[in-house]
Amino acid sequence: MQGNENINFNKNYIDYISSIAPKTKETRSLLRAFWVGGTICCIGQFIRFAFETWLGLSGDELAAYVSVVLIFLGGLLTGLGVYDRIGKYAGGGSIVPITGFANSVVSPAMEFKSEGFIYGTASKMFIIAGPIIVFGVASSVLIGLSYYIYFLVV
Amino acid sequence: MELFLTFLKAFAVGGAICTIAQLLINYTKITSGKILVTFLLAGALLQAFGLYQYVVDFAGAAATFPISGFGYLLAKGAIEGAKEGLFGAITGGITAAGAGITAAITFGYLFAVIFKVRSKKN
Amino acid sequence: MRNRTFIFKNQPRIHATATLGGPKEGSGPVGKYIDTIVHDDYFGEKTFEKSERKMLEYAIRQAIQKTNFSDKEIGAIVAGDLLNQIISSSYACRAFDIPFLGIYNACSTMSEAFIIGGMMVDGGYVENVICATGSHFSSAERQYRYPLELGNTRPPQAQWTVTGAGAAVLSVRGKGPKLVAATLGKVVDFGITDTNNMGAAMAPAAADTLLEHFKNSHFKPEDYDLIITGDLGAFGSRIFKDLMWEKGFDISERHVDCGEMIYNIAEDEFQGGSGAGCSAIVFNGYFYKKLCNKEYKRIVLIATGALLSSVSSQQGESIPSIAHAAVFES
Repeated sequence: MQGNENINFNKNYIDYISSIAPKTKETRSLLRAFWVGGTICCIGQFIRFAFETWLGLSGDELAAYVSVVLIFLGGLLTGLGVYDRIGKYAGGGSIVPITGFANSVVSPAMEFKSEGFIYGTASKMFIIAGPIIVFGVASSVLIGLSYYIYFLVV
Repeated sequence: MELFLTFLKAFAVGGAICTIAQLLINYTKITSGKILVTFLLAGALLQAFGLYQYVVDFAGAAATFPISGFGYLLAKGAIEGAKEGLFGAITGGITAAGAGITAAITFGYLFAVIFKVRSKKN
Repeated sequence: MRNRTFIFKNQPRIHATATLGGPKEGSGPVGKYIDTIVHDDYFGEKTFEKSERKMLEYAIRQAIQKTNFSDKEIGAIVAGDLLNQIISSSYACRAFDIPFLGIYNACSTMSEAFIIGGMMVDGGYVENVICATGSHFSSAERQYRYPLELGNTRPPQAQWTVTGAGAAVLSVRGKGPKLVAATLGKVVDFGITDTNNMGAAMAPAAADTLLEHFKNSHFKPEDYDLIITGDLGAFGSRIFKDLMWEKGFDISERHVDCGEMIYNIAEDEFQGGSGAGCSAIVFNGYFYKKLCNKEYKRIVLIATGALLSSVSSQQGESIPSIAHAAVFES
């Protein structure tokens, strides 16, 4: 008996489906991603100028404050039910900026509030953003160790 | 004039990074979680070879706003930590990115407590 | 020799139906045929899951009230939904003093319920039986896809889970439309893995059932006023028609899809409705009334279901599908 895997799979059918499947409107989606992504970065730049001028911050501290504010805004817009509208319009344009990271943390946290504040909100908070922190930390350790060995050798 | 140029660069570089993400979505159908991981790792990897620094030098802080900039920050922190020793090499990345992660968790929880999920009309 | 098609000799009748839809369904083309439109997706409850089960309970209650039967006169409720372990149906049926048969065939649950209920009534085991299903966009979205507030673009082939519930009372008595025949579906899997492309996954199952139906019964496409599929969506319907045409049946003039007709499809947004509630609302709302008015003489409902779970799709498995056909005459 052949494997249960391909019991009546039909390669011709799959090819036929992929040939006629409705396509995303390429140019339009790219333009939208471009202008929304660009605008979010400009807003970040504006906040940076504001903090630099009025609060006199600089260097790493300034950069950290700016990302904190952007994360705050991303989270707030998610809570208000606005960010997913932006995401629907802009696609990659609102996923990739740091506000999109905030969105991916806040949205499951809100969604699973119905399962309680501990096993719902707190543990489901990372169902999308968890991998980012895992891979981020893991890669930074890997890079750090590589450089440490490199500095020892050189 | 210089101010205008800074914003123009921020717009162009930020937009370009997002457009690459959209291209990935269109051609590979990958979901937002995978997009974020891909860009994070790309940023970290590029900075491991010192390449993302060029983007940051060109576009200013705007290049650090996309998630690839987060990867850049992690890698940069790790490299600087490595100069101080083994402990720094391990903790450098998360130290540099600490503000962002703390903010995401704190605000995430806060907003989740305050707001309620809405149904979507379309 | 096994025959997947059978004829109901005693012809159970649909005594009454009740439907309930959410705001998006209410503003769609079949909105005015839905009995109750709820303007709040939460339906006054705290969670979407509670809202879904309340909708189902409400629809069943309304259907019973329209018949003037008491709970004791109803032989059984045959119901299902999309949530894990069909909790909506089970919880909704706590409110009734009626035996409960829980069934699951994803979005084809409505026609499955009609067939099982029809067999019970036709066989003389019960006099009245309730067939009901429901679904809710927000609870399904969270079970099968992403959190609602996540900023994500919906791919163009995606469908929209219907919020709402429908119930029908099949009875030995009454003057309503008759359930005359049925063809059971089998699980068909052509290997589609894209969970956003349910239409493509389900179309072969619908075609398989309809071909079997034509083969086993004396009916031809021309004998039907309408051939109604459940929730293939615009894209899936096109594939379905292609598949039937390939086998020598031209159904393009008499085929409609519940998913395609439930919403005003905005430009390139999505392919239409899906979910167990889709065929429940459209059939029990729109088509039931058209049958009662004798506008249609004979129609066949082929509700289609994609039998995946979030676990199977995350493990990269393909999407097995099923479709059951139930023939109604006015």
